[in-house]
Amino acid sequence: MVQTNDSLPILDAQGITKRFGAVQALKDASLTLRRGQIVALMGANGAGKSTLVKILTGALRPDGGQLLIGGVARTFASPGAARKGGLVPVYQEPSLIPDLDIAQNLRLGGTPVDAFLHWVDALGIAGLNLRDTARELPLATLRILDLARALAAQPDVLLLDEMTAALPSDLVEKVLTVVRQQADAGRSVIYISHRFTEIAQLCDRATVLRDGVTVGDLAVEPGVEDRVVELMLGAKLTAAVTSLQGAAATTGTPRLTVRNLCAGSKLADVSFDLHRGEVLGVVALEGQGQDELFDVLGGFRRAKSGVVQVDGAPVRFRHPADAIATGHSMVPGDRADALLMSRSVRENIALPAVARPRNWGPIAMRAEAAKVTAAIERLQIDTRAQGEVRRLSGGNQQKVTIARWVAAGVDTLLLFDPTRGIDVRTKRQIYGLVRDLAAQGAAVLFYTSELAEIPLACDRVAVIFNGRLVTIMPAAGADEPALMRAAYGLVA
Amino acid sequence: MTRAVQRHGWVLGLVVLLALLLAATKIIQPNFGASGLESLGRAAVPFAFATAAMAVVVIAGGIDLSVAAMMAVASVTAARLMVGAGDGQTVLVVIGVLLLGGLMGAANGAMIVLTRVPDIVATLAMLFVWEGVALLILNTPSGAATQWLRDLILGSIVIPGLPETLTSLIPKSLVFTLVFLAPAWLLLRRTQLGLAIYAVGSDPTAAFRSGVPIGKTRIAAYCIAGILAAMGGLTLTMSTGIGEPIPGPYLLASVSAVVLGGVALTGGKGGLIGPIIAVLILRLVRMDLTLLSVDPNVTTIVEGTIMVVVVMLGGLVAMKGRG
Repeated sequence: MVQTNDSLPILDAQGITKRFGAVQALKDASLTLRRGQIVALMGANGAGKSTLVKILTGALRPDGGQLLIGGVARTFASPGAARKGGLVPVYQEPSLIPDLDIAQNLRLGGTPVDAFLHWVDALGIAGLNLRDTARELPLATLRILDLARALAAQPDVLLLDEMTAALPSDLVEKVLTVVRQQADAGRSVIYISHRFTEIAQLCDRATVLRDGVTVGDLAVEPGVEDRVVELMLGAKLTAAVTSLQGAAATTGTPRLTVRNLCAGSKLADVSFDLHRGEVLGVVALEGQGQDELFDVLGGFRRAKSGVVQVDGAPVRFRHPADAIATGHSMVPGDRADALLMSRSVRENIALPAVARPRNWGPIAMRAEAAKVTAAIERLQIDTRAQGEVRRLSGGNQQKVTIARWVAAGVDTLLLFDPTRGIDVRTKRQIYGLVRDLAAQGAAVLFYTSELAEIPLACDRVAVIFNGRLVTIMPAAGADEPALMRAAYGLVA
Repeated sequence: MTRAVQRHGWVLGLVVLLALLLAATKIIQPNFGASGLESLGRAAVPFAFATAAMAVVVIAGGIDLSVAAMMAVASVTAARLMVGAGDGQTVLVVIGVLLLGGLMGAANGAMIVLTRVPDIVATLAMLFVWEGVALLILNTPSGAATQWLRDLILGSIVIPGLPETLTSLIPKSLVFTLVFLAPAWLLLRRTQLGLAIYAVGSDPTAAFRSGVPIGKTRIAAYCIAGILAAMGGLTLTMSTGIGEPIPGPYLLASVSAVVLGGVALTGGKGGLIGPIIAVLILRLVRMDLTLLSVDPNVTTIVEGTIMVVVVMLGGLVAMKGRG
């Protein structure tokens, strides 16, 4: 707890900057929070929300700017220090240690058990046994326990990151009620969510981030959604874009047919057709089920229900090798998931060739070298550091993940946010490559977190919200406000 | 050129270290020569195969604590079957023992993959199993080894036309090791299976996502290790002429040589050449300390210290090169 002057904001961050290597994650981020206020922190993917949150909670040190807590300038050296300073976060991922039981977890953080149990009860979890190990509990319960633990610490500022994302609706109601009561009792809350309905119901103000800059601090009132969407996108949406798209044949048997696909806890019901020569864009806010969709199509995860057909024949992938054998090539969002960082470019490009033990024989060194060289040239990969992929730039690493499929030949290319964190020139090259591959008959599914890419690279675009398909529309007419509204489920 | 030096820096460093040690040996023992090299080579052979076995598994991201016990099984099986065996029969025995090694290794791997018991636990259990098996086959050191087989690693090579003073400096055991490790090297570096092994050790998630069958690759790696361990056991019998049911000090020695040889215990990095040179270095250090009549208890302290210092220096150099 900090001695504070009540008239000053409890938390006032001004001009926060933070740079990671070449990426300026925060340029001028500000956030003001008064006692008893609930502020929504909003921004598109990659706007800098999580960086700002990490700085506020002491997980990262800012490069510049100032942070006033109750009018006193300070930065927290660690999450522990922030906690002592009265700032308690509940992160998106459960933070209880999986192999300890609840009582041990509480002891570890010095949480008073009585207060914890009071909040567990108030949040609607009945019959909790403190001897249960965290690993055995369902995700929704763990999120509630995290919140109860945070509340038991009696924080001045409570920071909730996508608190309601994994919760069933009855628990959501309880959480919203408890959070509102906290604010009424004079505590303050920073609330991060993609759900406009909750924000409208709960929050007093909304602070909007775009490209690492705070671009707005608005009162939450009816009709504020459109203004927020506008602010999140910025002025760039008016800029005319030249479309690269060609005419795709959308007749005949689709290359890929997906019907009522349901997987994991998030993907609920998605259906679409994808034809050869077509690039189908996918747009969704974070965690709306797009990860599960791509995982199923890439063979990393099995569907709960629904149908996937390739060239009209139903398929069930039990291993990525099955998907690869069917001609499905996946480029995951996290390059670290796809590449062997400590191995060479050559080995990384050649890797999918080992998918079947019957191919485990000698490498045809010449033929492989020719394939690899061709792929490297086609993608213009800078190979000055080809001994270890880890030494390549992010853009070049991303090209390697695509190059391996180009070298192997591709029928269905599944691109999951392939341009995240790479420079503009490389992005252009990737769009061009995607269009080239489509022109040669590949079917491409292209998820991107950058809405501006949709008209540049895609023929049609599918929007997913809350695990369900919201709409499929032609990419040519899909401007950013329309996509953003659909991504927030705001389509009638 | 600089790239090659950078990439093989660790191995080059080990070569330099080995050369320095050889020079030091010559200073300590001025009449160190053909016979010294011969005994060094002969002592190093079983260590070399044990280390190669361990290296393959460690590169694949695992560890095999049963290497020495599998060597013992192979050694006693060979020694028992070779009693009174003719030349042709001996060939069959050798093939049989290598197959046995492959089966033992595959059993290790299959157990790890199927039961999901961690590698270190599963192979520790198998260490005891194979130890017991070895004692059931021969409960005291005995048996025999066919002479022509023994001659493959005893003495030094003879190349007609070259002066004997030169060829006597090259022990047969060294040539034997290189010839029989070459297939393993080729397999790691020049086949898709080798690539799969590096991939699985380097990053199982990325390998899985790239379509590599993780389980099968791991079983294959353990199987190769079993064959190499069987080779090690066989050379043990070839060098001593009998089968030894109690495993020698090969387990810890192989882990040391693998680490010293530049293979990351976290998997995915390193090769076979570094660990083999490391075997020679560790053997030579031991020989030098014996020649200097250092207390055997101090010898182990020196060996441990060398390992830590070399690995630490290597880490520092690697960090500098990156920064």
